[in-house]
Amino acid sequence: MNALIISAVLGVVMMFSGILLKQKTAVRNVAIAGILLLLIVNILEMNGTTFFKIDTQGMILFDPFALLFNTVVFAAVLLYLLLSSDSMEKVGVYYAEYFALIFFILCGVTLVTSFKSLLILFLGIEIISIPLYILTGSDKRNLKSNEASLKYFLLGTFSTGLMLMGIALLYGARGTFSTVVNPMVTATPNILLLGGLSLLLFSMAFKVSAAPFHFWTPDVYDGAPTVFTSFMATIVKVVAFAGFVRLFDDAFEAQQPQWRIWVAVITAVTLFIGNITAVFQQSVKRMLAYSSIAQAGFMLFALYAMNADGKEGLLIYTAAYCAATIGIFAVLARMTDYTFDGFNGLAKAEPLVAGALTVFLLSLAGIPLTAGFMAKFYMLKAALATPGSSWLVVFAVLMAVVSVYYYFRVIQAMYFKSPAETAHPSFPAFFKWVLGILAALVILLGLFPELLLGRLYF
Amino acid sequence: MIAFFLIIVPLAAGLLSFFMKEEKAVKRFAFLASLASLAVSVLGLTTLNTDSYLTFSAPWMSSLGSSFSLKLDGMGQVLCLLTAVAYPLVLGGSWQASYKKPNQFFGLMLLAQAGLMGVFLASDALLFYFFWELALVPMYFLASQWGGERRISVTFKFFVYTFLGSVLMLIGILYIHSQTADHSFSLASFYKVQIPGRTQLWVFWLFFAAFAVKMPVFPFHTWQPETYEQAPTATTMILSGVMVKMGLLGLIRWLMPVLPIASYQWGDTVMIMAVIGIIYASLIAIRQDDLKRLIAYSSIAHLGLMCAAVFSENTSAAQGVMIQLFNHGVNIIGLWIIVEIIERRYGTRKISELGGLAQQAPVMATFFVIIALANIALPLTNGFAGEFLMFNGLLQAQSKFYLLFTVLAGLGIILAAVYTLNMIRKTFYGEAVSLKAPVTDLKLNEKLVLGVIVVIILWLGIHPQSLLGVTDSFAKDWVNKIDISYLFRK
Repeated sequence: MNALIISAVLGVVMMFSGILLKQKTAVRNVAIAGILLLLIVNILEMNGTTFFKIDTQGMILFDPFALLFNTVVFAAVLLYLLLSSDSMEKVGVYYAEYFALIFFILCGVTLVTSFKSLLILFLGIEIISIPLYILTGSDKRNLKSNEASLKYFLLGTFSTGLMLMGIALLYGARGTFSTVVNPMVTATPNILLLGGLSLLLFSMAFKVSAAPFHFWTPDVYDGAPTVFTSFMATIVKVVAFAGFVRLFDDAFEAQQPQWRIWVAVITAVTLFIGNITAVFQQSVKRMLAYSSIAQAGFMLFALYAMNADGKEGLLIYTAAYCAATIGIFAVLARMTDYTFDGFNGLAKAEPLVAGALTVFLLSLAGIPLTAGFMAKFYMLKAALATPGSSWLVVFAVLMAVVSVYYYFRVIQAMYFKSPAETAHPSFPAFFKWVLGILAALVILLGLFPELLLGRLYF
Repeated sequence: MIAFFLIIVPLAAGLLSFFMKEEKAVKRFAFLASLASLAVSVLGLTTLNTDSYLTFSAPWMSSLGSSFSLKLDGMGQVLCLLTAVAYPLVLGGSWQASYKKPNQFFGLMLLAQAGLMGVFLASDALLFYFFWELALVPMYFLASQWGGERRISVTFKFFVYTFLGSVLMLIGILYIHSQTADHSFSLASFYKVQIPGRTQLWVFWLFFAAFAVKMPVFPFHTWQPETYEQAPTATTMILSGVMVKMGLLGLIRWLMPVLPIASYQWGDTVMIMAVIGIIYASLIAIRQDDLKRLIAYSSIAHLGLMCAAVFSENTSAAQGVMIQLFNHGVNIIGLWIIVEIIERRYGTRKISELGGLAQQAPVMATFFVIIALANIALPLTNGFAGEFLMFNGLLQAQSKFYLLFTVLAGLGIILAAVYTLNMIRKTFYGEAVSLKAPVTDLKLNEKLVLGVIVVIILWLGIHPQSLLGVTDSFAKDWVNKIDISYLFRK
């Protein structure tokens, strides 16, 4: 509850800071202080200190999973702002507004991770989506950015429509918006319930960009300003996953036999399309867009398995994926050349940046000693506990091998190719420090995942 | 504690190397660190050879049922000793070679050593998997950064092959973990699991894929000759001398005792693959003009023989494999050192461009002949004892086709003699070919390193008991673990 209210207030604060503060550094510092505050109050709530007591009629419940998930997300946003907030200056003139929109999104995030009612889920998803449409189109002079924004808006509202319809059908079937299901009512699956279930499945699959609902992703990620692509591809995506898993865990547990096979198919198709298409990309930014689809395939295992391992897996996947992807995007946003060749010889010019990038890429590829390995490990372990899923697991690791191809292309460019003619941009010392710390975190989490997961059961 | 130090010494030294600037200093430091590992390993074999020193355990990821536990058993002793012996030999033998960014080169070499030691010591499946990959990553960087012209694509192929094998193994590990009674990754729990025969049949391949790629066994070998050719020679020595042993260790420790029924059932299939590999690799080796490729193919043949021997599932073969793990490593490193000397001095490693080196470099020729003869297992050399035991084991194998396998594997020995003797004849004897550089004999460090190798070869050839004693109880124990004859008695 702390984070929900304070994030909304901070959004308003940021809007006014644009008027009151003349200097961009000041605005930035206010934003970083804000997210730090958000992180602290959320951790306080994990330890039992709640500032606000509001009766939500059971529509919102901040359980340990929701709180821990929010902590991970806020920490990711903190690192994101530390690394990339100065890259936002390049995007447009309304600097403070971007931060305001980000805080409003965080308000939506707290709703999506803690809802117990379909209405709150809808509200949260919309609070996240609308600022995102704006951020995607924030580079107003750039046609690609405008196009991406329009595309995202049209398809996004379409999927929202599906979601509303699904919620309506569910209301018809159960007579309540609550996801806490009375087992008496739901004993027999009827057409209303199954119709609502599939509509919700499709619309959520759209939000997490799972195939075959992924077509918007590469274009939107490519067209949006790189700093905001980073935000969309990491924080927004994992939060949509948290909502997805929470919805199906609460509301549709009894129907699991009916939807599991569909989730399995979506997972397989997502892994296949994401990985195979990423292989053919020439731009690192587009490669990361497809890689985010591929990683979504692995995260879908949490939904497929729907057990304790899967939830732990989702948590550590969130941390691992966000850390690595935010790090890579932060470097990418400073590069002038977005192709693979643009990274040629980076190791010679910037050994620390290249080293950190290598850690992030190895983590995304799932090499041991990095958080990415533990994330994939938990997901595979969760899936194997479900009988009859060996084919899916084997398929997933084969796709993980494919992913090595495109992640290693960046490593090969940085280390083994001679430098390009155009000079690499220079990176500020502070940026390098944060990047180094982020890489250290990735390795620490890969060695001791219990540092994070242990908080789930204290 | 010995087990722990075997990993931590190279690990710490490797990390420290990255911070050193001067080439000479880092080279000396790496050499001293490798000597320190050797000292630890020898201590573990001699004075501190008690259980309390040879095992180490610390809590790690306890919620998953995994722990940081290491154990130095008979096979571990042999392989750790090999790793510890190999590094001073490799670093000393290539002392003259100079590298760009030497701190990174030696740092990665030592990190790879830590990974290898970890693989040989781990008695927890998850830890084993960690080290399995950790040994691979530094090797990838070493080969792609300091290798030959086509290094990037070739070493990437190597990485993808091994990574594919290892992720399949990860599924296998997870599957067996889910079947253990106490949901643990420890080796002891893995040995206790009783998996139905039908399931074993497919889980077997998940593990075998990883080990077959690593050894490599035909038809999973295609990465190997190119990688050996393109990698810098010091890296190739570690790859071929030590790293391929990871595959055999995996078979012996992690596959066959855990899935004994499948190992028995698939035994013939694997032995057919191994025997085809022996003949095929030997025939190709005969046709090679490049010394590096020749040795690479000969290594496939030798590993094929060891793989076949493992699947004959008896004590004699097991003992043969145990000492051959060590012998093959030492011999092949010796061969690589000489090839490296030839390439560095004369600018070529093509057999057709070399000839008559023995006249100008008699000492080198003597060393080379002894090592090459050990490679084809002449009596009085170390290779003989190992191969004799392995063939003895093959003849006692339970397979219906044991005679055929033995004869075909024996054919491999004859072919090995053909290509090895041919190589000696063409490079060291015959007419001297005019070469770019003046032919000089060996330097002191090279003499010392090759001298040590020859002493090992002769000592183990005359007194193989000194190594057999180390693995004796391990081999007997192992044969009991994979014994499934009780199933037939019912």
